[in-house]
Amino acid sequence: MQSKANNLPASTRFSLRGFDWRRYIVYVAFVAVFFYFSVTLYDEGFLSTNNLLNIARQTAMIAIMAVAMTFVIGAAQIDLSVGSVAALSALISALAMQAGLGMFGGIIAGLGTGALIGLINGLLITQIAIPAFLVTLGMMIITKGLAMWVTDTAPVPILNESFTFLFGSGDLGPIPVLLFWMVVIGIIGHVLLRKTVYGRRTLAVGGNENAAEFSGVHVKRIKLLVMVGSGMLAGLAGMLYAGRMHSARFTFGEGDELSVIAAVILGGTSLFGGTATVIGTIFGALMIGMINNGLIIMGLDVSQQMVVKGLIIILAVAFGKKAAQR
Amino acid sequence: MDTQVHLKMSNICKAFNGIPVLEKVGFELRKGEVHALMGGNGAGKSTLMKILTGVYRADEGAVLLDGQPIEIQNTEDAEAHGIAMIFQEFSLVPSLTVAQNIFLNREPRTAMGLIDDRACVRKTRELLQELNVDIDPNTPVEQLGVGYWQMTEITKALSKNAKILIMDEPTSSLTENETEVLFRFIKKLKEKEISVIYISHRMDEIFEICDRTTILRDGKWVLTESHDSLTVERMIEHIIGGNMEQAFVWSERQYDRAGEPLLRVSDLHSGSRVRGVSFDLHRGEILGIAGLMGSGRSETMRALFGIDPIDRGEVFINGSKTAIRRPDDAIAAGLALVPEDRRVQGLVLDQDVKSNMLLPILNRIKKGLFVDDPAGEAIVQDYVRKLNIKTDNIFKAVNLLSGGNQQKIVLAKWLVNAPDILLLDEPTIGVDIGAKIEIMEIIRQFADAGKAVLVVSSELTELLALADRVIVFHQGSVTQQFDRKNIASEEVLQHAIQG
Repeated sequence: MQSKANNLPASTRFSLRGFDWRRYIVYVAFVAVFFYFSVTLYDEGFLSTNNLLNIARQTAMIAIMAVAMTFVIGAAQIDLSVGSVAALSALISALAMQAGLGMFGGIIAGLGTGALIGLINGLLITQIAIPAFLVTLGMMIITKGLAMWVTDTAPVPILNESFTFLFGSGDLGPIPVLLFWMVVIGIIGHVLLRKTVYGRRTLAVGGNENAAEFSGVHVKRIKLLVMVGSGMLAGLAGMLYAGRMHSARFTFGEGDELSVIAAVILGGTSLFGGTATVIGTIFGALMIGMINNGLIIMGLDVSQQMVVKGLIIILAVAFGKKAAQR
Repeated sequence: MDTQVHLKMSNICKAFNGIPVLEKVGFELRKGEVHALMGGNGAGKSTLMKILTGVYRADEGAVLLDGQPIEIQNTEDAEAHGIAMIFQEFSLVPSLTVAQNIFLNREPRTAMGLIDDRACVRKTRELLQELNVDIDPNTPVEQLGVGYWQMTEITKALSKNAKILIMDEPTSSLTENETEVLFRFIKKLKEKEISVIYISHRMDEIFEICDRTTILRDGKWVLTESHDSLTVERMIEHIIGGNMEQAFVWSERQYDRAGEPLLRVSDLHSGSRVRGVSFDLHRGEILGIAGLMGSGRSETMRALFGIDPIDRGEVFINGSKTAIRRPDDAIAAGLALVPEDRRVQGLVLDQDVKSNMLLPILNRIKKGLFVDDPAGEAIVQDYVRKLNIKTDNIFKAVNLLSGGNQQKIVLAKWLVNAPDILLLDEPTIGVDIGAKIEIMEIIRQFADAGKAVLVVSSELTELLALADRVIVFHQGSVTQQFDRKNIASEEVLQHAIQG
């Protein structure tokens, strides 16, 4: 009996009683919400291919930032600056192309902006030992200010068509490019977290920083890397917003940090670090996107949408917690 | 001494899911007595205490208080009968004052119905004075040492008229000084006819503070005896149920005294605690470090392992000078450190056995870009078997395992890396006697294989059973060294430690 249990892979080792609810609640909730909208909004076309692809389009940026945030929260850190970083990166990228640096110049400028802010966040956290919450709260405001400042709040048009195709507007056959981005980033993130030394060490740092340090893990290096990763993917998300809109604006990504964190936590990652799942995060993001979409089709106005969205997030997390205690 | 029986538990039986955990266990506590309750993991100590405090209900048996049968259905009943469990630290609010903590949730009120702070402080001061404790009731608890936390906790229990206190490993996070203060306090309690049930794995403490010992083994009562006649050897024999193994008996070992030392430390300085430490460690040798907490013994290990920066001095490994700036430098040089606090420094508690054990060697079990999990799992299974780690499977979170098994995992996570030099800081702290014997045996086997061990222990019995040589730390440097065969008794070493 005992030796048999040892040979089973981790995923199949549960009885109904020992079912790890926090880990799987997102899939249960996802299926429930999906079925609910499929039935009630069938006539309004919720299930149409076009609408489903729209959900993917609307979710991609949140999902991509959330993949990086899974590492950040997994290492028991937080990044509140992602929304503002997305806006600033979009603008810098657009300005670079306007200045004639071409698509590659734009990509490097956009990703570089994100990575640089992530690096500054990481250095403040590791070298001056300011808690991530405070560092990134300040950085959120600074970055937002910079985003408004660089063009005096004016939008910057993007005329480079390869850029807009690749980042957000294009379709490959019937599939939007945004969906490819989401899937590719999701797979890379999942493999990085589950299969590499970096992923394991990230979770060790989140689970017990001291024990990780005593085991030879470069704790500061890991913290720095997760913050740089988060900044860089926020930069990518900003470019995707810009590509989709054919222009960059300082309003991009407003409030995204909260949706991103909600997606990660809904997905089953512990807010206190140590356990994390990228697949769960993607489904968390998709669920939030699906709820947004469904509520719009239902004809709820923005204020009502916010109330319902908030309620569903609290209910899902509460249900997962309650069930886990049983 | 007054030998009046205060509490009597008789024929206590308890089973979980049909598996008996306690079988007809008897326990007797006299007034004003400090009574040690001992036994290995799974002996039934904590179940018995949970029955006494109303957390569990006994299936059979009776509890008599001052000769009268009492019913303990829940924790409130236990409290009403004056039985209190002293938790180490978790039940105090750090930011509140001593007085506020003691009267938490039952604060005296003024006529207006507001909290009467002055009455609260006055009553607390009376209580503390009665017990000879020198604390200002207005001090926030977080500003007190951990030792005083427990005294606050005990005072709180006494203010609710507790007559029987249960203390579980009360000294595990205390310094020697704090322990002394706590013991003086416990002696004061005895004068007030308070009875204490004292649970600890530390033999030296038990003989210092307790009057009698009761031993449980596999859910059965084994022995109750006064310390006037009980010896350490017999105590151990009864706990493990058989002849005392060779583990606690020192026998001379052979090691390479003449050759190049495996580790040479020369004039090491680190922070304010390590001020010029020098010693040699030879192949095959187990070198013991004795010293008070704060004498630089743990700090030397931290510096050698790259946790604390080395300010001055040199480290030679196998004859060549080695720079250690970070733990990974130390690991690369063949060092391994089992730190003093396994829960804080040794383990990621929420993660499973496998993840904990593989953390230091992730880079070694990499195949291309990825961690080779099947290979890692095979290594872990192998060490779980070798070290006799009791766990259902290797995917179990380590916080669900007993202290002894956790400590073996910390050892295993370094043994898998095949180090040459093992630095052990209190390697058997808070583990039961069975696991302690196993761990001591693992340490000997490691040294026998031609490697070297540096071990810090505040339990001299253990140090004397293991070490080939002992060096004594005092105020940051090595003040004396002994060949084990020249140490006639623990007292000699005890004297040296005090400086």
